[in-house]
Amino acid sequence: MLKIENLHAEIEGKKILKGINLEIKPGEVHAIMGPNGSGKSTLASVLAGREEYEVTEGRVLFNGKDLLELAPEERAGEGLFLAFQYPIEIAGLSTINFIKASLNAVRKYKGLEPLDAAQFLKLVKEKMEMMEMDKALLHRSLNEGFSGGEKKRNEVFQMAMLDPKLAILDETDSGLDIDAIRIVSNGVNKFRNKDNAVLMVTHYQRLLNYIVPDYVHVLYNGRIVKTGGKELALELEEKGYDFIKNEFKLAEEKVDQPA
Amino acid sequence: MTNTEILEQSFTSFKAEEHPVLKPLKEEAFRAYQKMGIPGVKHEEWKYTRIKSLFNKPFAIQQPAAVTENDLKDKFLPGHEEANVICIVNGRFSKELSRIFSDEIIIQPLEEAATNENSEIVAKYLGESSKQLYDGVHALNTAFFENGVFISCKPGKVVEHPVYVYIISDSRAGNVFAQPRSLVYVPRAAQMQLAEIYITIGSGESFTNGVIEIVAEQDCILDYYKIQNDSRNGSQVSNMQVHQVGKCHVHTVVITLDGGMIRNNLNVIMDAPNNEAHLYGLYFVGGETHVDNHTLVDNVEPGCFSNQLYKGIADGNATAVFNGKIYVKQKAQKTNAYQSNKNIVISPTASVNAKPQLEIFADDVKCSHGCTVGQLDAESMFYLKARGIPDKEAKALLIKAFAMDVLEHVKPEPLREYVFEIINEKLK
Repeated sequence: MLKIENLHAEIEGKKILKGINLEIKPGEVHAIMGPNGSGKSTLASVLAGREEYEVTEGRVLFNGKDLLELAPEERAGEGLFLAFQYPIEIAGLSTINFIKASLNAVRKYKGLEPLDAAQFLKLVKEKMEMMEMDKALLHRSLNEGFSGGEKKRNEVFQMAMLDPKLAILDETDSGLDIDAIRIVSNGVNKFRNKDNAVLMVTHYQRLLNYIVPDYVHVLYNGRIVKTGGKELALELEEKGYDFIKNEFKLAEEKVDQPA
Repeated sequence: MTNTEILEQSFTSFKAEEHPVLKPLKEEAFRAYQKMGIPGVKHEEWKYTRIKSLFNKPFAIQQPAAVTENDLKDKFLPGHEEANVICIVNGRFSKELSRIFSDEIIIQPLEEAATNENSEIVAKYLGESSKQLYDGVHALNTAFFENGVFISCKPGKVVEHPVYVYIISDSRAGNVFAQPRSLVYVPRAAQMQLAEIYITIGSGESFTNGVIEIVAEQDCILDYYKIQNDSRNGSQVSNMQVHQVGKCHVHTVVITLDGGMIRNNLNVIMDAPNNEAHLYGLYFVGGETHVDNHTLVDNVEPGCFSNQLYKGIADGNATAVFNGKIYVKQKAQKTNAYQSNKNIVISPTASVNAKPQLEIFADDVKCSHGCTVGQLDAESMFYLKARGIPDKEAKALLIKAFAMDVLEHVKPEPLREYVFEIINEKLK
């Protein structure tokens, strides 16, 4: 489904990603973990098409298409979804009008008719109930005055509405209390099936207790330095990121040393 | 003959008119006009609006015109059927095109009101806005208006149907210079809803230099809407003054969507303790349109509350100006006066000038002002695009969202929907 090959990206001349290789197949859940500044959120942003980042090398195939050639809205149309680490507040745009515009735009991209009002409202009701969201939020301005938990639930609600092929969750667990984590995880777990995939970007292991990954990758200094199963996350939790840092700093220093 | 000569000559012909109130007022105004002339860009209040350019074109003054209901039928506002209708054609109140539903409302030619039972009100309040709006353009209106209109109602009454004032310019026979004049008197505990709209028929240039003076008495409630969505050959100076002579509530919304050169002066004189006024404005202009909103909230008496929110979107080669003044006189302690002006510039060739001015002479007041000029927020754009919404549609959603907190203050639903539809069309 997603194939990242030797991806290099920089922002304002600063190299952040230094050769990422990753393949995600339908039905899989991958977690990317790593210390702050390792490039986790950059990877999520580059995949979603944030313009500030410049891809200098490598390629990304998404269901056979060259993802990096597509505009952000086309990526969404192709079935890529990014749950934002910091969802944007837009005063004057109601949540319901936003999700309607979004859903219909994605449907239009796929060559589908817009949902009629009854179908749309039924879907909204179903997904809101799943996310245990207050219906009053629908008519409020998008994310404006929402609590941290409401914002993250709203992201997963949007994901459930759009039913993407690949959902990238960028630090969706940050700032959530235990109840909110449970609700958010429940939303993600209900979304999972054999045809779609999830890529979780997270600093901490705790989300992985609820959404169990098939693979855990450790990102350090712009590269994936270690890949393992869910037990790798536990090891990281136990030992902290320092063991990774120590292990790979040494290795890098050797590489960087002039011959 | 130059326009100045035309004006001189026209005034001489008006002079025959003998009226104890109007004659001295007009003569004084004409002298003021002669003294001050048309303001140029060196005039502080007219720095960004080159009003002189409108006077350089040849025009007929107050040219009578034969406009029929048929000429207007696709230009009426929604809710027209249920509204009290006042039509002003080329500056003259047209009784034939006007229509009054509500018993409690009083609509008369201004010249008539100056001699009948309303003569005291007319004598007291007509022309008082020239104190704050002291320039040659305002003076010209006072000197030249003919067939003005007096709008009022019975005290303590709620005027059930809104009053729609259509300010029509018929330029089918050539360029027109019109000077409509209205005096609105909202008596004690009355409630009234007033909407003004500008319409140009024909392809000649139309220049409307209007003055509307509103006097609001104790405990009244006045809602006022101005909708400017005229063709590009239609230009306006709209001088409006609201004088709150008793403690009352005033709500104004000025919406500018299209037109040539537009200048809106809006003064609110808070002349009784504990007055309340809300001033909203939205301008969304493109092409070569120029729009200039000048507001003045004058806190004369203590304890008044005012809130101004003006928002603008400039596209194409449009230019927009906001100049908001708040005066707090020495006596006006416990004043609460707020002002906010926010602008989005969409195209690289559009421009916005924003200038807040606070002059405070009292020491126990709460006042604030803020101006922003910027572009559509890049983060918001990315958020919408990441949800599959294409660039153009994302921009349209953000512009509508930006306009929303002004639009929601257009209380009558048909008017709000009407404005919303025009904005939707502009964004297509």
